[in-house]
Formats: sequence, C-alpha cells, structure tokens
Amino acid sequence: MQKPKAHIDYNNPVIKIRGVKKAFEDYAVLRGIDLDLFQGENLVVLGRSGTGKSVLIKLVSGLLKPDAGTINVLGKEVTEISDKELQELRIRIGFSFQNSALYDSMTVRKNLEFPLVRNRKGITRKEIDKAVHEVLESVGLLQAINQMPSELSGGQRKRIGIARTLILNPEIMLYDEPTAGLDPITCTDINELINQVQQQYHTSSIIITHDLTCAKETGDRVAMLLDGQFRRVGTFDEVFDTNDERVKPFYDYNFIQ
Amino acid sequence: MITKHPARLFVVSVKKRYLLLSQLMEQANSTSPAVTKKRSKLSRKLSDFFKSVYNIHLFILRFFREAFVAPFEFKEIVRQCYEVGVRSFTLITVTGFIVGFIFTKQSRPSLLEFGAQSWIPKLVSIAIMRALAPLVTALIASGKVGSSIGAELSSMRVTEQIDAMEVSGTKPFKFLVCTRVLATTITIPILATYTGFIALFGGYLNVAQNEGTSWSAFMQEVFKPLEFLDFTASLIKSIVFGFTIGIVGCYQGYYSNKGTEGVGKAANGAVVTAMFLVFIEEVIIVQITGNFR
Repeated sequence: MQKPKAHIDYNNPVIKIRGVKKAFEDYAVLRGIDLDLFQGENLVVLGRSGTGKSVLIKLVSGLLKPDAGTINVLGKEVTEISDKELQELRIRIGFSFQNSALYDSMTVRKNLEFPLVRNRKGITRKEIDKAVHEVLESVGLLQAINQMPSELSGGQRKRIGIARTLILNPEIMLYDEPTAGLDPITCTDINELINQVQQQYHTSSIIITHDLTCAKETGDRVAMLLDGQFRRVGTFDEVFDTNDERVKPFYDYNFIQ
Repeated sequence: MITKHPARLFVVSVKKRYLLLSQLMEQANSTSPAVTKKRSKLSRKLSDFFKSVYNIHLFILRFFREAFVAPFEFKEIVRQCYEVGVRSFTLITVTGFIVGFIFTKQSRPSLLEFGAQSWIPKLVSIAIMRALAPLVTALIASGKVGSSIGAELSSMRVTEQIDAMEVSGTKPFKFLVCTRVLATTITIPILATYTGFIALFGGYLNVAQNEGTSWSAFMQEVFKPLEFLDFTASLIKSIVFGFTIGIVGCYQGYYSNKGTEGVGKAANGAVVTAMFLVFIEEVIIVQITGNFR
C-alpha cells in the first residue's frame, strides 16, 4: 500500500517532549526522551514490548505524570495546567486504545454519543445523529450503529474506537497498537483508515506499534525507542539503514521471517 | 495560603498528617539497623493501611465535591437506581419474608412460657422495623449490589474504559462513582422499607396460622409500639448503609489492580468491607439513637 502524501508543517510542532523521564518503582522506563510531532504528521514510535511506548502517549494525554521533563501539547504544558485546562486539552486529543476500550454496557451509538453530549453543550438531537452517522460512515461501519461492542469483531471494535475519538474532531490522534491482534488483511484496512483520518481530519498522530508493516504504511517519520531513549529517528528507510545490532533484528524478524 | 478555601486547607492538613505518619513509619524502618524482617513487614502493612485510609478519605471528599455540582447525570442515576432495585428485589423479598416468618416462629415458645403470645406482633414489629429490616437489606445489598459495582468498575479499569472516558474529556468519577453511590443511597432505604413490610407479612402468616388473627388486627398491634424515632433511626441507618455499600464498591472497583485477579479482589473486597462496616455502623447508630429514647 502506498502512503498518500501528507501536508506536514515542519515549522509547527504540535507536541514538544523534552527530557521526559518516567520510572515505575525501581524500573526506569523512559530515561530523558526528546521528541517533536509536527502539524499534519504521522509519527510512528517503534520498540519492543515493555519499552515504554504506551507510557509515552499516556504521558502526552495526562493519564500519567512524568518524573522529570516537560510535555508541551498544542502550546500547553501538560504537567502544569489545571484539571479543567487538561480536560479541555483532552477534547483536542483523540486516544485510540489497544483494546479499543469501548463501553461494553452501551451500544455503538451510545459509545459515540457519550463524549459528544458531554463536551458540546447545547447540541441538538439532530446534530448528534448527524455527527454519529458521519463518523460511522468514515470508518465504514454505519450498519453497526445499534450493535453492542460484544457483537463486533476485533477489527470492527478498533474502527469504532477510532470513530469515537474522531467524533470530537481532534487535532492530535494517539494510536496505541492499532493493529495488535488483528489478521494481516484487517491490519491493512486499519492502516488505510489511519491514513484516511490523517487526510480527512488533518490530524497529527503518534502511532505506537511494533508492527513494521504498520510503521511503513502509515508513518511519515519513525522513532525507535531503545533502552528508554529515542536512538534513531527519521524516515522508515533511514531508521533501518543501519547495522545496529539492536535495530536490525527487529527489521529482520518482521520482513524476513 | 490565606487565600485558599477552608475546605482545601482541611484536605491539605489531612493529607500532610497521613503522609507524615506514613513517612515516619518508613523512616523508622529504614534508619534503624536492628530492625527485623517481621517488624519491617508490619511497618509496611501499617504504612499501607494509613495510605489507604487517606485515599478513602480523599475518595469520599471527591464524591461530595463532584456529586452535587452541575451537570448532573440524572438519567444514569435513575438507571442505576433501577439496577440496584432489580438486582436485589427477588432476593430481598424471599429473605425478608423468611426472616419475618422464622423470627416470629422462634419467638413464640419464649413468650408462650409467660403467656404473652399477644405481645408477638409488638415484638416482631420492634425487632423488624428498628433493626432487622435495614440490616438484612444492607447485608443482601452488600453481597448483591456491592460486589457487582466492584466487579463492574474494576473490569472497566482493566479494559481501560475508565481511561477512555478520562481522555475523551468526560468525568468518569462523576458518571461512574457519583451515580452509583447516589443510587445505593436512595434505593437501599426504599428496599429496607419494603423488606420491613414483607417481613411483617411473614410474621403475620405465622401469627395467623397459630392464633387466627386478622390482618387488620395484626397491623394495629404492629404499629402501636413504634415511635417516630424508630422510623427516623431506621431511615438514617438505611441511608448510611446505602452510602457505605456504594462508596466501598466504587472505591474497590475504581482503584483496583490491573488484570483479571484485580476484578475478583475488587468484588470480594467490596462485599467483605461493606458488610464489616455495616455492622460497625449499626452498633454506632444504635448507641446514638439509644440516647434519644
């Protein structure tokens, strides 16, 4: 699959991460990382399991607090803003969870309405229905509107999870392992959807994955997380054009085996 | 600091107190060279205990801070009230009836010895309305509703549904915790009143079986010894029990450990802690209301 050309503004970083450290008890996961996400860009963060990839986007969304360093998202320091400001900032960030995190006691429609009703005061029933239909159409699952999450397949759940974040028209998308646990064909569909979201909603995205096909098909840049730091950042080919013993096996395993 | 709200100052001082206690315990543990392994374990447990007391304290304060501030989740509160009521209704009906019937049956021989079987309705009504109805309802609800709340919130935590609500700019605490605690606080007094009448009906069947008393005569006797204080105390008790069951279930679920083990622990913790607290509260409220008689 050929990635469509994105309009990236390299003079306008929407996320600036500087010297961020995070440890869980004695285990240091992130050891002073620096990273920029530019306007309109899809940035893939690659790394082995347990290297702190998901921790990184949880820090960006304020779900976790860093031990040191600063995280600037859309001009606001996530670690310094009040709860109210953080809540307002979160509306501008879409977070697609690894297991979709759909509210299993609600239908697909209710799942999509939930953030919309609570964040857009005075929204009418007609506007809600329009937004729900639009977003379901864009992920190609309008027929699932009245289904329960338990009735959906893994790929469908991922799509609904993405649709739920898109309903608030976010400026930044954070994808946590979007293709984990899916078959190769569904993976390609999800990768296409990520690119479609970038084009249609003009989002800037961080995509956390260890799937190199996903990285290649969706990423404008790739950042390789090794030993708690970004050791290699660049285009997909630049990152893997190396003899680094910590990087090469990653590529070989994905594309040769 | 002078400009801070008094309530905030209170929270800060409580926080400092708990943290100081927990730090002192950790210091005592780390600085003393002769500290034994056993003592260290005990110290850690005590430290954890103070931390959890502090966390529960904050959890309750957060409930009061968020529950009565707009926007209100009325639909969800009504839905939760329905859930709490429906979940416990059948069990409470059966249990209430059996408690009333058996209590009457077991009281009869003792009263018969003194030829005081005519006192049975009064005895039954005092025992049921003052103590048994709120207590039985609370115990059943602890098992049925408390565990369900604990398990539900815990599994939402495990599957990142709570995180998903948080990052979508909504307030999961308000939607999940406040609604459930309000629902148990509202519904359990209603269920306790219902249990009381069902238990009285159970008692009546036993009395009617033995003495052939009519329903109206029984009811007249039942309400004679009851005072306004009995109903008030019973209502206050049920409200406190309902709040306890809700808050304990929500706390256990909301802050449960990740993983499936966490779900089981949260459900179990919700039942055991709520039941224990219900008994403690029963003793305290009985002591307090006793002073007004």
